[in-house]
Amino acid sequence: MNRNGPFALGFHAAFIVFLIAPLAIVCLVAFTPGNLIGVPTIHFSTRWFQAIVANPDFTQAFSNSLWLATLSGTLAAMLGVPAALGLTRYRFAGRDAINSLLLSPLMIPPVVLGVALLQLFTRVGVSGSFVSLVMAHVMLVFPYCLRLIMASLVATTRDAEHAAVSLGANAWISFRRITLPALVPGIAAGWVLGFASSFDELTATIFIASPTTITLPVRIYMSMTETVDPQVAAVATVIMAVTLGLMFALDRLVGLDKVLTGKH
Amino acid sequence: MSAARPMIRPLPPGATPRRRPNGPLLVAPVTLLFALLLIMPMALVGVLSLQGFDAASGGVLDVWSWHNYAQIVADPYYHEIFLRTFGLAISVTLGTIVLGVPEAWFIFRMSTRWRAFFLILTLGPLFISAVVRTLGWSILLDGQGVVAQLLVALHLVDAPPQMLFSFPAVVVVLVHALVPLMVLSVWTSLQSIDPQIANAAISLGAGPLTVWRRIVLPQTAPGILSGSLIVFALSASAFATPALIGGRRLKVVATAAYDEFLHSMNWPMGAAIAVCLLVLNLGTVALYSRVIERRLKRRLGEAAS
Repeated sequence: MNRNGPFALGFHAAFIVFLIAPLAIVCLVAFTPGNLIGVPTIHFSTRWFQAIVANPDFTQAFSNSLWLATLSGTLAAMLGVPAALGLTRYRFAGRDAINSLLLSPLMIPPVVLGVALLQLFTRVGVSGSFVSLVMAHVMLVFPYCLRLIMASLVATTRDAEHAAVSLGANAWISFRRITLPALVPGIAAGWVLGFASSFDELTATIFIASPTTITLPVRIYMSMTETVDPQVAAVATVIMAVTLGLMFALDRLVGLDKVLTGKH
Repeated sequence: MSAARPMIRPLPPGATPRRRPNGPLLVAPVTLLFALLLIMPMALVGVLSLQGFDAASGGVLDVWSWHNYAQIVADPYYHEIFLRTFGLAISVTLGTIVLGVPEAWFIFRMSTRWRAFFLILTLGPLFISAVVRTLGWSILLDGQGVVAQLLVALHLVDAPPQMLFSFPAVVVVLVHALVPLMVLSVWTSLQSIDPQIANAAISLGAGPLTVWRRIVLPQTAPGILSGSLIVFALSASAFATPALIGGRRLKVVATAAYDEFLHSMNWPMGAAIAVCLLVLNLGTVALYSRVIERRLKRRLGEAAS
């Protein structure tokens, strides 16, 4: 097959510029020394990063987001392992229905989820609390987590488990010594993707966060509805750096294209 | 499962049968959580959408009727919002096809090392938060922004144009956000193509355009169709981009529901809009996948006969 011609390479170059430019501009503007949005040319400054460190609005939101993402990623992974085992290794009535239920947050528009959760939490009287946010995020990120754990379960053979059981290991030992270690990359990837999705979630969170439990994306959204200044760009750069780190980890664990297609 | 168990039995004599956790027990905790946090609140939204609203006191009334839906169906204000959302989703889908399909093909034809590099570079932005991407575009498209100054410097326009807060701007930003999904979808179907077919076409004298049109495009059609389904559903329910790039005047369904909830405080109306968004979205997805399935079946049937 022939390689790409000049038209293809030109198209490709333009495509990559289109894809990267908006992200690159945020990083550049974050280092501007001026007071207004501008692209630094000779002088770069970290003053806006210092400004966000000194701004309790952003530090509070950042720590909220970190805690929220850590807790919801961990809880989703902890619920995801038994659920993935149950769904892939057992047949029971209603299994397909439960499978679709657990993946359905991917199909429902986040605005609708936000509306539903806001209403629920208001009725129960826990609206805006951190616990309610964690519970909501566990549900929102669970499908991502489940898909990766299920994929790695399907990919492992069960020969070693059968051998362990035939040598007298009970169900728990064969799970802990054989099944679980083989699942570690899948669980880790599920946790990372759960963390990343929670850390980036905006639309549903806007509805259910209160001023004290506000997350970093919601904070940026709120400031952007008023004005765009280099400080917001600095916060966005921090978010991007965190995301890039997580992406790198995911790529190492299972490969990014597999994360996205949910296949192994 | 049932086939595997006899292999590891029988139990040694005198052993107590070990109880294994069963499937329903394993999925029970998370199913309970979903019943509480997903099924119940969704049902509550349905109930709320049938209730009334008292604008004077800002409270929800205990009257039950379809009036919120009747208002959405009758009021041209809502027609405009729903039509705009539909037009937006269609435009974004077409945009991602025009950009994403050739790009996937070009990446596919690269050497292995470049291929991996550009695939990651293309898919990476999917993980980056919508607010960050939107912020980048609002810096680029602003009246004093980079693109405006570039256009002036190139003498393409006299005064820097304000490109934000317009329908095309929302389309461009959503295309940017969703085109990686199209590339991914097409990429997945490209991987199942046998390169020998294209080589055979070339050896029989086909030019690159003919190969593309007659060999590659038909084989990637399933990828394009499933990609456009995802892109359509996501752009129809997009919130952050229309809110921040489109501004107040360019309302879409998602931002309209948000405004009813958090600005007008008319929760029943917001719930009714949310239900409409959900039903229309799931309905389109179901209809579309059905049509595609029938098409593909018919074509495969022709090929077999």
